[in-house]
Amino acid sequence: MSRNIYSALLIFAAILFSFPAMAQGHNHDGHDHSGHDHSGHDHSGHHHSGHDHSGHDHGSHDGHDHAAHADGAHGPSCAPHGDHKYDPAATAIHHISDANIWSIMEYPIPLPMILKSDAGLDVFMSSKFHVHAAHHEDGHSSYNGYVMHEGSAYRVNQAGFPMEGSVDHGPFTHGTEMVDGKERDVKYVCYKDTPYRIEQRTTLDGGVLGGGITNFWDFSPTKNVIAMFLSSLILFFLFRGAAKKYKSNPDKAPSGLQGMLETMVVFIRDEVAIPFIGKDKYMKFFPFLLSLFFFILGLNLFGQIPLLGSVNATGNLTITAVLAIIVLILVSLNGNLDYWKHIFWMPGVPTFVKPLLAVVEGMGIFIKPLTLMLRLAGNISAGHIAILSFIGLIFIFGDLFGGIGSGMGLAVATPLTLFMMAIEIIVAFVQAFVFTILTASYIGAATEDHHH
Amino acid sequence: MFLLLDFTPFQPSPGLAIWGLLIFLLFWGIMSKVAFGPIANALQTRENDIQNALDSAKTAKEEMSNLKAENEKLLATAREERSQMLKEAKDTKNQIINDAKETAKSEASRIMIQANQDIENSKKAAMMEVKNEVGAIAISIAEKVIKKELAGNAEHENFVNALVKDVNLN
Repeated sequence: MSRNIYSALLIFAAILFSFPAMAQGHNHDGHDHSGHDHSGHDHSGHHHSGHDHSGHDHGSHDGHDHAAHADGAHGPSCAPHGDHKYDPAATAIHHISDANIWSIMEYPIPLPMILKSDAGLDVFMSSKFHVHAAHHEDGHSSYNGYVMHEGSAYRVNQAGFPMEGSVDHGPFTHGTEMVDGKERDVKYVCYKDTPYRIEQRTTLDGGVLGGGITNFWDFSPTKNVIAMFLSSLILFFLFRGAAKKYKSNPDKAPSGLQGMLETMVVFIRDEVAIPFIGKDKYMKFFPFLLSLFFFILGLNLFGQIPLLGSVNATGNLTITAVLAIIVLILVSLNGNLDYWKHIFWMPGVPTFVKPLLAVVEGMGIFIKPLTLMLRLAGNISAGHIAILSFIGLIFIFGDLFGGIGSGMGLAVATPLTLFMMAIEIIVAFVQAFVFTILTASYIGAATEDHHH
Repeated sequence: MFLLLDFTPFQPSPGLAIWGLLIFLLFWGIMSKVAFGPIANALQTRENDIQNALDSAKTAKEEMSNLKAENEKLLATAREERSQMLKEAKDTKNQIINDAKETAKSEASRIMIQANQDIENSKKAAMMEVKNEVGAIAISIAEKVIKKELAGNAEHENFVNALVKDVNLN
């Protein structure tokens, strides 16, 4: 089944890469394509109508010429630029990213902000940024030096920008700067026609994924957090209802919702918990496995609800990392002597092999949860990207051929998207199941009684 | 690296990590207590009940079949006893009939012997009577003859008297 997804993705990638190339061939008459400007200009990617940008003064356009690219760095510009082309990759990534705002269609729902910087703690609602959902979720106002760009809060990191209170600002722009001999992509916010550098968000990857600790920390309950909370709440009410039924008539056959949930609970018990952990020990871990399965399944399915902002919580590496770390801790805490012995001093092999195996198995302790984390995040994100890409066909066709093109795109995209959504529902179950069954196998390996 | 830089879903965010940890731990704790624990226990209880019911049904079936076998055994014994009794009754009947026949036969033969004896006695008596009658007739004839011849002959008279004396009418 995953082969289907991959082949679908491959075919689609081919389509994706061929169309922008054609688009460039069509539009060489005086449009600058090197601009990374994401200002709220009307573009066919979003059907908003004529938002007034007259307040933002667009000065002369000094262009991101190719020479600047060759130098390895080019400055930002707050100048107006030509027609903005639909960028499917950026759109897809923006839509699967976490956000400090929840846009349902064109209506942005503000979320609480909890931000920490050298200036102190700031707690406010993201409505302070005056966001228009259709404008790439870019804000139009700053608050205490924070701005909202593509749904996420950033902090301005350049002198001259008012760091107190709220000011209206212009569009956002991108540029590259040389930092420690490396070319880095830097974002800027325009304020009074001058670009001000905004700092990357603090991430915990230590630079591995291009992030790091910056001048502010975001502890806000983001879209993903709210989604986790809602999904957990729904599951809580569903299961509490079922649990009550077990209590009130224990001798009756399960019916309705109880029957549906029981099918899954019994499946996890008979196909996951008992085969991997054993009949005498599974009860200790059964609630954990069920929590894991339904938490992931709930979020996977929650993200598939159309028009609900395509929440990508289980496709977010942070959330899968948290789950994987919990699994790692649980497995390590419950590992018996045999388990550790099999890792660090494998019985039954020649002595000179033992240290080698210890290294390999020692790495395995961390690689196992690492694969859990990557598999779930990768699969769910890939599904979201595939669906967004199919929908993106409408805008790509629209960019190419105008209104008729949009219609063509719609005709092509609708069946493909429906097909992908159907597959994603299967993937939602399969990935939740895979995460759970692998966790059960790790727990089983850690608690197994070896008989030599 | 350029793509990864912008690929925010794959950049671990501290806020999301803290909230995610908090929500999952709460979910795990509350669901285990409120839902998963009780449901798992209820399922186990129900399965045990079903197993027990099946086991007891099996036992009952076995007992039933035992009972049936016993009944059949009892029935067979009863049947045998009945045929035994019937046979005995038949034997007794035959015995009685034979005995009766025997008794009747002996009685009949006894009666026959008695009858024969009576006949013999009657015959003897009749013979005696006949003898007496014949004697009397012979005497009367002889008397007449002798009267005619012996009218004067004493010798003859003596001789006849002597003869009569000798006739022993036994």
